Amino acid sequence: MTSIAFPAGMPQYDDVPRFDVAAVRADFPILDREVNGHPLVYLDSANTSHKPRQVLDVLREHYERHNANVSRSVHTLGTEATEAYEGARAKVAAFINAPSVDEVVFTKNSTEAINIVAYAFSNASLRPDADPRFRLGPGDEVVISEMEHHSNIVPWQLLCERTGATLRWFPVTDHGRLDESGLEDLVTERTKIVSLVHMSNILGTVNATARITQRVREVGALLLLDCSQSVPHMPMDVVDYDADFIVFTGHKMCGPTGIGVLWGRAELLAAMPPVLGGGSMIETVAMSGSTFAAPPARFEAGTPPIAEAVGLGAAVDYLSGIGMRAIQWHEKQLTAYALDALATVPGLRVFGPTVPVGRGGTISFALGDIHPHDVGQVLDSLGVQVRVGHHCARPVCTRFGVPATTRASFYLYTTTEEIDALVAGLEQVRKVFD
Amino acid sequence: MQLDQLYQEIILDHYKHPHGRGLRDADDPAATVAEAHHVNPTCGDEVTIRVATDGEVLHDVSYDGMGCSISQASASVLHELLAGRKAGEAAVVHEAFVELMSGRGQVTPDEDVLGDGVAFAGVARYPARVKCALLPWMAFKDAAARAGVGVSPTEVKA
Repeated sequence: MTSIAFPAGMPQYDDVPRFDVAAVRADFPILDREVNGHPLVYLDSANTSHKPRQVLDVLREHYERHNANVSRSVHTLGTEATEAYEGARAKVAAFINAPSVDEVVFTKNSTEAINIVAYAFSNASLRPDADPRFRLGPGDEVVISEMEHHSNIVPWQLLCERTGATLRWFPVTDHGRLDESGLEDLVTERTKIVSLVHMSNILGTVNATARITQRVREVGALLLLDCSQSVPHMPMDVVDYDADFIVFTGHKMCGPTGIGVLWGRAELLAAMPPVLGGGSMIETVAMSGSTFAAPPARFEAGTPPIAEAVGLGAAVDYLSGIGMRAIQWHEKQLTAYALDALATVPGLRVFGPTVPVGRGGTISFALGDIHPHDVGQVLDSLGVQVRVGHHCARPVCTRFGVPATTRASFYLYTTTEEIDALVAGLEQVRKVFD
Repeated sequence: MQLDQLYQEIILDHYKHPHGRGLRDADDPAATVAEAHHVNPTCGDEVTIRVATDGEVLHDVSYDGMGCSISQASASVLHELLAGRKAGEAAVVHEAFVELMSGRGQVTPDEDVLGDGVAFAGVARYPARVKCALLPWMAFKDAAARAGVGVSPTEVKA
């Protein structure tokens, strides 16, 4: 008989933090409902997540007890609302290990956050005295990838059109991984910013960023990571990732819609010109001109989504209470289970990594020649909610030669029984269309 | 949800065995030929409709496309209903189909006018799918207009 001695410090399965999925599900009232006479099977969390009672309660309490505008009132309610809003900022900062609370800019969503950076480049390019890192012109390059969401494509296309800069793309491999083989030629001294998705919303791929970060530093460019699909599902440490900007959105992480985050290094945010002008973002306004507040206020013109920010703070508390490592592990198990289960469905082709490594719990697939709309419609009749279409990532669909895909995506409340329901539903789809 | 209402046998049959599929040249070299390509930006469905006409009769309505069963079956039905018809008759059919699809399931279709198109009555109950059914019909309207035969003033924002 032999025994295997594990080296000290090597993590074992039992060391992985767990949580009680049934107890978590009880926090989400919507999971109790039926759809078309069947129990709801919600497999569309990459689109938007559900909200636990803990977040809904905080929203209600905010409006019932503390409602007032922020940052401009001396009265008690105004002070409470401001404290709640700024408290949410502090929670978000801690959640991503931001060195300073002032590095967290509240936005409407990830799209707005990316646009703020893109328009800061645009505005800086018009001003000779602006920080040269943000000035773009002909000969300069912006690098994104073929696996981006449209929100991380179109702002850069528009920016390049305005400035004459060139947009370049990381390709995607047949296995749905980022193709870094041309890194040295793609990211060069001409590159001003690399804006890359951390986890693909369609392929599920989680990109390893270390090599790219190193190259970005070598050439003196900036790095933005679109973390819309990663921050809700795994621990994020902006210091560890050594990014310059990250963006993510509240509604995909158990928070309300209408609230997102731009995190940027304090020194970079301070060097960026404002984008939206209005109240709250100024230092002083005169008829001869205005000066602007320091970040984050500089980028939060007008009355912000106050309750939504407070709700996001509650979502961060909720997720932190369960533990992001535990959530990540739960989804890894679900993904492994789902990839195995989907492999048993005849004619099913997965787009993206087919092993549960370097990927998250978002799986896109084709079922024979059956159009995803038809797949989604039959699944809906069985209560199974999946996303169908191009997922705002048309270049990925083009890359894999399909007009659209069907996508199932998981979260902390997803169960293996729900994946079984998906697989059973796909059998029903085949019966209708074969 | 009654899945059978949406996926009527007629629709599935047109989807699996489309009628008149493929873009064709006009038999008569003097005919006016025009086409229109429409896409559904939310799902990527596409259809191209080509109309060949002498100004009075739609000698051919040919098509190609890719997409879901509803959009592709709808193109097949459109071909069957409109190819060879007088422009005025086509306008009546077009209007009836658009009315049916805009009716949220409250419109009773006239089989004499719509033929196999009546099978789409159930689709009108699913707002997300109305766009799929209308895609070929809106492309046809554009193609017909380009060929100089207006078919319907109705603009549908589905």
